[in-house]
Amino acid sequence: MTSTDARPTGNSMRRLAGWLDRHARVRLAMLLAAPMGWLVVAYLGSLTLLFLNAFWSRDPFTGQVVREFTPNNFVEILTNPLYRTVTLRTVAMAVAVTLTCAVIAFPIAYYMARVASSRTKGLLAVAVVMPLWASYLVKAYTWRLILSNDGVLNWLLSPLGLRGPGLGDNVIGLWLVFTYLWLPYMILPLYAGLERIPGSLLEASADLGGRGLTTFRRVIFPLVVPALVAGSIFTFSLTLGDYIAPSLVTTTQFIGNLIFLNFGVPDLPFAAALSIVPLVIVVVYLLVARRMGAFQAL
Amino acid sequence: MTIEGHTSTASRTDEAIHSRAPAELAVRLDGVTKHFGGDAGRRVAAATGAAAGEAVVAVDGIDLEIRDGEFFSMLGPSGSGKTTTLRMIAGFERPTTGRILLHGQDVTTVPPFERDVNTVFQDYALFPHMTVEDNVAYGLMVRKVPKAERAMRVRDALAMVRLDGYERRRPGHLSGGQRQRVALARALVNRPRVLLLDEPLGALDLKLREEMQIELKAIQQEVGITFIYVTHDQQEALTMSDRLAVFNRGRIEQVGTPADVYERPATRFVAGFVGTSNLLTGDTVRTVLGTGGTFTVRPEKIRLADPGFSHGPDEASATGTIREVVYLGPDTRYIVALDAGGELVVTQQNLETSSMEALSAKGRLVRLVWKRQHNLPVGEG
Repeated sequence: MTSTDARPTGNSMRRLAGWLDRHARVRLAMLLAAPMGWLVVAYLGSLTLLFLNAFWSRDPFTGQVVREFTPNNFVEILTNPLYRTVTLRTVAMAVAVTLTCAVIAFPIAYYMARVASSRTKGLLAVAVVMPLWASYLVKAYTWRLILSNDGVLNWLLSPLGLRGPGLGDNVIGLWLVFTYLWLPYMILPLYAGLERIPGSLLEASADLGGRGLTTFRRVIFPLVVPALVAGSIFTFSLTLGDYIAPSLVTTTQFIGNLIFLNFGVPDLPFAAALSIVPLVIVVVYLLVARRMGAFQAL
Repeated sequence: MTIEGHTSTASRTDEAIHSRAPAELAVRLDGVTKHFGGDAGRRVAAATGAAAGEAVVAVDGIDLEIRDGEFFSMLGPSGSGKTTTLRMIAGFERPTTGRILLHGQDVTTVPPFERDVNTVFQDYALFPHMTVEDNVAYGLMVRKVPKAERAMRVRDALAMVRLDGYERRRPGHLSGGQRQRVALARALVNRPRVLLLDEPLGALDLKLREEMQIELKAIQQEVGITFIYVTHDQQEALTMSDRLAVFNRGRIEQVGTPADVYERPATRFVAGFVGTSNLLTGDTVRTVLGTGGTFTVRPEKIRLADPGFSHGPDEASATGTIREVVYLGPDTRYIVALDAGGELVVTQQNLETSSMEALSAKGRLVRLVWKRQHNLPVGEG
């Protein structure tokens, strides 16, 4: 007690701490003021602007943005078959990439979570995360080199009389690139999900007569579905919104390219309206994912 | 009720087993050892405090015969190898050397899903994504038992553990005791010939545990299946078992009926682990009993008397000072430092003693008196 009397600053700090201890709401406000400010101004603010822009239009003669409400952009998107085709193609690509990532990621995640020694597990975790440290652009360009006509892939395949997909107007190359780029985002949640399954459940299944396949189908898979959906949120939405990889490895159009092109025209209101499309798709996807318990798995 | 009731049923079953001739063996272990290396070894080493690095010997040359239909306990401290032994019987671990026979058939290399045993896990291991009903039906579903029969057997199993009406619940919405019952029903519904229980009551509170002990024993007698029960709780092992094995450092120290093990402990370890270790050794034995060797005296067999008390011809006695008094409610435990060296623990029922009187005995000079027949010789080990 005497020591606090001797130090008035310590004493007032203590009084402040005591006051804060009694006022939980003030503490919470202090904790969240900065991030909430950022979220509201920078994030929701720009989203609102995007949304408003989508209902404006561009004067075709002056090129100026006309700030009057019109649904014309959305009418155009919904009626012009080009946009429907590109949207469907993009969603199909996102689904294909997600499924491929899931199929490739599962054995790796299973090995990491349930088989590997703790040392191997650490090495694999580093190996999985390492590509995320390299720039996305570098990786995309590297794939251009791999897939190009005189690239590594064709060089490897030529003795077999085969050729790779190349960089032309097909989507196989893009599918490979996306799968490569987003694979870690599928492995990590799957790994966490598999590691969370108690070993005794697998033993119980075997004890009750379940062989490997039965145990997988009846116990492991149902328990890992939330983690799988969590991983698919990443692979799906990242594929849906990407415009750099498509512009680098294929001449085929995806939503991202189209939005980017309209920035260039420039028809910002139309680009904004087009941006709403993947946004809506992802929101729907997230709602479904939530129903499947994906957010408990994150 | 029924601590007395229990012991009597236990001994009755015991006689029944002894008189059944020739007793068929449910499980036989032949020189079974288990070494753990690598990660598993490190985990075991960390759990048991053994030196890490080298392969850890979890089970060290065990021979054991468990008779058909008996309630057999494997008792020992953590790291003594009892759970590893159980897991080898279940098939989750492969012995490093030795053989395991189930009903005369060598199953050493048979995977768990092909063994006619079922396990109740320590953490119950209920499938969280399935209802109680689906959990219990799992084994039958996997073995392709027809739907109608499956439903009937699941209903019976749930009735046996008094969980009728809980079919549609998920394990997450059950209490610990209820989960324990589901785990039991899920194993029993398959009608295994041997049921393995790995510290199944360890997570329950004392009251519930005592209830479940009685219930488990009753269920075992009803279904007549061999129960192999792993526990570190000596009281549990003594009340429930027909016979028990005491494990220590990967070896079996003694196999016998509860009375055998309690009244005739084969080794110093058994004397200490099953009951309180009241050992008389070395010079103390010579001074007090006039012979050599090592003896144990159970604390409840000793009574406190005045220092001047002269004991009868069939009695032994020793003087000492009460060093500590622990009041336990129904009993009081006195720790007495003997004048001849060493300590003995004495428990006395609080028939007429109040807690104040008991506690005030600390520091008093006393004479401990017990019948010579209660000196139990203990082997070294």
